[in-house]
Amino acid sequence: MRFGAASAAVAGAAGTLGVLIPESGRAEIDGPHAHPGKTRHQTDMDHEGHSLSMTVGDVGPDAIGIDPMEYLTTFDYGEVSTLPNGQTLREYTIVAVDREIEIAPGVFFPAWTYNGQVPGPTIRCNEGDRLRLHFTNAGSHPHTIHYHGIHSAFMDGVTGIGRGNIEVGESFTYEFDALPFGCHLYHCHAIPLKRHIHKGLYGAFIINPDPEKHGEKARSRHPDYEESKEWQEFVMVMNAFDTTFDGENEVYAINSVAFHYMKHPIRVERDRPVRVYLINITEFDPINSFHLHGNFFNYYDHGTTLEPTLRTVDTIMQCQAQRGILEISFAGFEPGLYMFHAHQSEFPELGWMSAFEVVE
Amino acid sequence: MSDAAITDSEARTPRSAEGEHPGWNVRWIAMGLLPLILLAGVLALIVATDAGLGDRTVPPIETLSVQRVTLPEPDRITVNVVNDGPDEITIAQVLVDDAYWQFTLDGPRTLDRLESTTIDIPYPWVEGEAHAIAIISGTGVVFDAEVPVAIESPETNSATFARFALIGTYVGVIPVALGLLWYPFMRRLSGDAMRFILALTVGLLVFLAVDMFQEAQEVALTAPAAFEGPLLVPIVALLAFLLLMTISSRKSDAPRRGLAVAYQIALGIGLHNLGEGLAIGAAFALGEVALGVFLVIGFTLHNVTEGVGIAAPILRERPALKHFAGLALLAGAPAILGVWIGGFIYSPLWTTIFLAIGIGAIVQVVVEVTRIIMRGATRENQPWLNWTTFSGVTAGIAIMYATALLVAA
Repeated sequence: MRFGAASAAVAGAAGTLGVLIPESGRAEIDGPHAHPGKTRHQTDMDHEGHSLSMTVGDVGPDAIGIDPMEYLTTFDYGEVSTLPNGQTLREYTIVAVDREIEIAPGVFFPAWTYNGQVPGPTIRCNEGDRLRLHFTNAGSHPHTIHYHGIHSAFMDGVTGIGRGNIEVGESFTYEFDALPFGCHLYHCHAIPLKRHIHKGLYGAFIINPDPEKHGEKARSRHPDYEESKEWQEFVMVMNAFDTTFDGENEVYAINSVAFHYMKHPIRVERDRPVRVYLINITEFDPINSFHLHGNFFNYYDHGTTLEPTLRTVDTIMQCQAQRGILEISFAGFEPGLYMFHAHQSEFPELGWMSAFEVVE
Repeated sequence: MSDAAITDSEARTPRSAEGEHPGWNVRWIAMGLLPLILLAGVLALIVATDAGLGDRTVPPIETLSVQRVTLPEPDRITVNVVNDGPDEITIAQVLVDDAYWQFTLDGPRTLDRLESTTIDIPYPWVEGEAHAIAIISGTGVVFDAEVPVAIESPETNSATFARFALIGTYVGVIPVALGLLWYPFMRRLSGDAMRFILALTVGLLVFLAVDMFQEAQEVALTAPAAFEGPLLVPIVALLAFLLLMTISSRKSDAPRRGLAVAYQIALGIGLHNLGEGLAIGAAFALGEVALGVFLVIGFTLHNVTEGVGIAAPILRERPALKHFAGLALLAGAPAILGVWIGGFIYSPLWTTIFLAIGIGAIVQVVVEVTRIIMRGATRENQPWLNWTTFSGVTAGIAIMYATALLVAA
């Protein structure tokens, strides 16, 4: 007798017996609606009527060091003062600390974080501001902060270049002018690089364009101007976690928690435009992508232009550290759930699946 | 100190045997208890001081052993798992084919050491295709389970019971009974030919023992690691062997009745066939019997030779017909039981133990049959190991090997 001796497949004789899972985009989420997409077992398995293809349970509000809903719209403009030359000075305090984060309900990841959260705080400022970023390493390994922007070599925040590593217990102030305007990011550039990035040391870095230099079109992206008020802005960092440390990710998400914005769709008013600051920091996979259901959008690669670099698309892709701004209009749309997710089908099934809940 | 204590107690033993009971005093009992009390003290010290290792700050060691995967319904997968690690483990999430999937547990989400649970996943599996299941623990460790070929698992109902019993009969009872039908033919054989047949039986049994050992080792590796399955195999086999040798040992040198030896062979082969039944049943449960009919034919041919082995020791006797029925059932019917167990409640640990007992039983029978050969040789003033016996053993092994090829397909 031989276990496993007769493992030849009978694929030829196969018929699909399984009940088809409903198109997840149409599955009802959390709302007090009917459940048109239910399969017969769903009743027993899941009382909320989620798609079956999802994690079980929910994470706590402090899962990633900040409520994932709050993270979307939290922008840190720093402590503001004016330099003798009239330039605006913004000062930020960032501390690297080790902290366990909950990346899926019940799944904890031993992260390295900026200010205890993953992604780190969203640093936002206006074009041309002077930035002083006071960094303290309270973690367990040497770290840096490498800002994607224009700065001197000394301020590059890379192991072995300029100031280089900030050892445990040390502090350093990164200082430079906020240039160019756009949607950027910052991350640790200590070695080994892969480990320092995928452990959680990254965040969004947004520089608003100056309308005095770039004209009217810049106004909607600058909070001092009335034109910006109607916009609903969200920060989304596409990231992933390799919980087994084997060089492959077990969890994909935007803003760290698998399926979080599927279970808690992002509410948007349909007649106000939507702007997404989208950043890809996913480690181990060459690209990530963003696909919107039922609608199209304009895309500004790196956010460094005021004219779209891609018009009327519903899918864009980004390599690691690539980022951009998505401008979406749901004006006149039927209210409901509009999914968005990576369109490498592997990623949404591993957590990078979200939805806008468009309301009147 | 302990050396002295041992020497002291050893010195007293003979005196106790002489009817003196000097030990039943407080001092003697205290000496017996002293090492135990000291041991308790040392254990308490280790617990209190963490054996000098300090607080354990390393992550917990998490292991989870997948015991059984079943597909009870068209869109349902169940996975039975046991925590065989030293620490507790939380089943945080479950993936099927690299997608997070909903699931329920029949118990708490956190399993203590050796606690088991069944994960129920409403997944629309595809018949005939493979599915990969991954279980993620609270610290992100991933444990894999697989559905090699998705086929609905047999339901526990009377029809399946009967179907499995029929398979067990085909691979167990019928071939053994057919093998026994050679009895009248073998009775007319000369002394040398008899010796050849007995040696052939030894060959068959040796092959079965080696085959079972290998099989048991394979299964043992899938049992929860905490039970040390691969270690259990030789240990349980040795104990089974010793137990059976003890039971069958005789005070007098009177030759053992052939019928008793035949029953022992039947028992050993019965345990072996139980193992085969388990394998077949488990293969059914796992959907691996895509080649079902061919597999059953293979086992049937393989097992015909077992009847020859059972008949060999009773060629000089004339047992009643009912004994032949009894021998066939003892050797063959366990296959039915095996298919039931394997198909409905397969457990790698118990399979390992059954197989190990079978190994012990077969080795004991090998010893028994070899004794018969040796006695016959002594009577005829011949060396017991000659070309006849050697070629018999070789033929037995060759037959088993050849028929095993049918199963391995």
